[in-house]
Amino acid sequence: MRGGQGAARAPVLQFTNCRILRGGALLREDLWVRGGRILDPEKLFFEERRVADEQRDCGGRILAPGFIDVQINGGFGVDFSQATEDVGSGVSLVARRILSHGVTSFCPTLVTSPPEVYHKVLPQIPVKSGGPHGAGVLGEWLTPPPREAPALPQMPSWGGRAGTRARARLRSGGACRNHPRSPPPGVHLEGPFISREKRGAHPEAHLRSFEADGFHDVLATYGSLDNVRIVTLAPELGRSREVIQALTARGICVSLGHSVANLRAAEEAVRSGATFITHLFNAMLPFHHRDPGIVGLLTSDQLPPGRSIFYGMIADGTHTNPAALRVAHRAHPQGLVLVTDAVPALGLGNGRHTLGQQEVEVDGLTAYVAGTTTLSGSIAPMDACVRHFLQATGCGVESALEAASLHPAQLLSLEKSKGSLDFGADADFVVLDDALHVQATYIAGELVWQAEEAGP
Amino acid sequence: MKLIILDHYSQASEWAAKYIRNRIIQFNPGPDKYFTLGLPTGSTPLGCYKKLIEYYKNGDLSFKYVKTFNMDEYVGLPRDHPESYHSFMWNNFFKHIDIHPENTHILDGNAADLQAECDAFEEKIKAAGGIELFVGGIGPDGHIAFNEPGSSLVSRTRVKTLAMDTILANARFFDGDLAKVPTMALTVGVGTVMDAREVMILITGAHKAFALYKAIEEGVNHMWTVSAFQQHPRTVFVCDEDATLELKVKTVKYFKGLMLVHNKLVDPLYSIKEKEIEKSQSSKKPYSD
Repeated sequence: MRGGQGAARAPVLQFTNCRILRGGALLREDLWVRGGRILDPEKLFFEERRVADEQRDCGGRILAPGFIDVQINGGFGVDFSQATEDVGSGVSLVARRILSHGVTSFCPTLVTSPPEVYHKVLPQIPVKSGGPHGAGVLGEWLTPPPREAPALPQMPSWGGRAGTRARARLRSGGACRNHPRSPPPGVHLEGPFISREKRGAHPEAHLRSFEADGFHDVLATYGSLDNVRIVTLAPELGRSREVIQALTARGICVSLGHSVANLRAAEEAVRSGATFITHLFNAMLPFHHRDPGIVGLLTSDQLPPGRSIFYGMIADGTHTNPAALRVAHRAHPQGLVLVTDAVPALGLGNGRHTLGQQEVEVDGLTAYVAGTTTLSGSIAPMDACVRHFLQATGCGVESALEAASLHPAQLLSLEKSKGSLDFGADADFVVLDDALHVQATYIAGELVWQAEEAGP
Repeated sequence: MKLIILDHYSQASEWAAKYIRNRIIQFNPGPDKYFTLGLPTGSTPLGCYKKLIEYYKNGDLSFKYVKTFNMDEYVGLPRDHPESYHSFMWNNFFKHIDIHPENTHILDGNAADLQAECDAFEEKIKAAGGIELFVGGIGPDGHIAFNEPGSSLVSRTRVKTLAMDTILANARFFDGDLAKVPTMALTVGVGTVMDAREVMILITGAHKAFALYKAIEEGVNHMWTVSAFQQHPRTVFVCDEDATLELKVKTVKYFKGLMLVHNKLVDPLYSIKEKEIEKSQSSKKPYSD
């Protein structure tokens, strides 16, 4: 046996009878996993002359890269922007619960808050890889800890049985093993450096600018940028150019949003390093043919050569009209990143709930301020957004899945390890039926969530 | 010698696959008794491989106790190059079946000592008890494996410089760039294939018609290396109608008249699912001429 590194001793898992998303196509291929990563079986065959230690029959289902949500404000009653003493457990709860929606990595998102909140909350958000404990919180590059071979969970094969009831059955035990995995993403800070006119639901009192001290204002407001991966700001604010450059230089993705910027200012921001647009169409100037504003970035010819823009889309059927979704998708399909922008009411179930000072009424995938018809933020989980996006645009299953996996990974420059099932990537993936309902979720090759079979 | 003539490529492929299937099952391989199979690459055997994979997936055939030996491999081409014969075998056959990697053998064209690699290959064949059935295809110039015209008919596994015709024909697999086409290969010799207990050669398409004519209607000639198998006690040529275009009507009619008899080799078609039943009817023997 050649190439005998530590990982070579780990058991090899072969997922058979499945269609895997690779290179933009659903292929009738097996997925091979070892040591938490996707394995090249040809190399295993010819160089190590080994076969799989365990085979799992996927019953003909689809295996796609795990979903990555780069904008999620909370869920299951947890609000990431609440400065409590125990932010970490709230993040952990959400990380665990969104596994059932196929999300294996996410960027907890903080809306405009006073500096004290950032100073208190940011250090508490644990940037870590996903595992049985939940989806990974995307953040700075961490030095992977040494690790040992993971034990394989025993799991029945699906055998093509129909009728599953999506009820979380979290794997118990199994201390979260650390695989040598790529950096988890990190926190998304949406505000407070945004436009007063387009602040949306962000509290006006806490809006700020960096006109006085530029990047120093940013640092003073946030405290630490260690766990920060994305900052949404309005590029029309004074000194935005140097701030964007400083953030970009630290590997932080700058997103344009909550802004009244015209196209020229938006293009200038992209030339300075911005790569993302926060929830396209929402909280920005509406498309105008003489000045298409930030929306115009989708088809701009003034971007640096080889660069294109990514844009977030809330495809919940409510926050973006399906026609607008199609306009954006057809103009620039490769840049579309599905985001939930979910609020704490995500996952609470139908009925009336108290969230902080607010009463909300949940009806299906819509949340209202209780007793009114005012929308109270989006609560559609990622898998529902993928299905709606597919249905609304007719983009094809492959494109719909890539908009929730490959594109966000590319946005965060993580495409070598996340968002794809290429050899060497992290084995974070989701098992789906043909209607794209999540049947199981794997992180680092370990089963972390599975839909329960319906009773007989 | 048997000449099996089917109407089309797909039927020829299926016939060949059924024959291999029956031979493996009748051999009754087990942990102490492996079936040794010689295998070709190229476009001709693709249909046959597809059928064999289908039989495996349907549970009719297993390769658990089969050892394979491939005919050839390019020299200097990385193993994971899409045109390497390693890649071909993995993508078109091995990854779809239950063969154990330890039981597959393909010459290593990147070995430090190429002749030593070839000698070791001959030793491995010997150690496996020789080849039970060697399946091959041929080029339009009648070469079997990379035994180009002029190769010795008693040659063994060795390094071979490719003929200009072969390099030109292969350029299409290397972006049409002659500079990228390997110019050398490791190949089993004609003698290596002759040592197999049985040889099956697949020949399909009008462009192979002259080679088939040379193989069976003319004499043994090292300029058409496939003709050597006229002197093998058990050779089956499987071809389609197109490949018979250069044959005499008399030759074609004679062998087509024998199809009723030859078809008994693949009918009944055995399955490991019914192995026990077959055992009780052990009187069935393949027809031999």
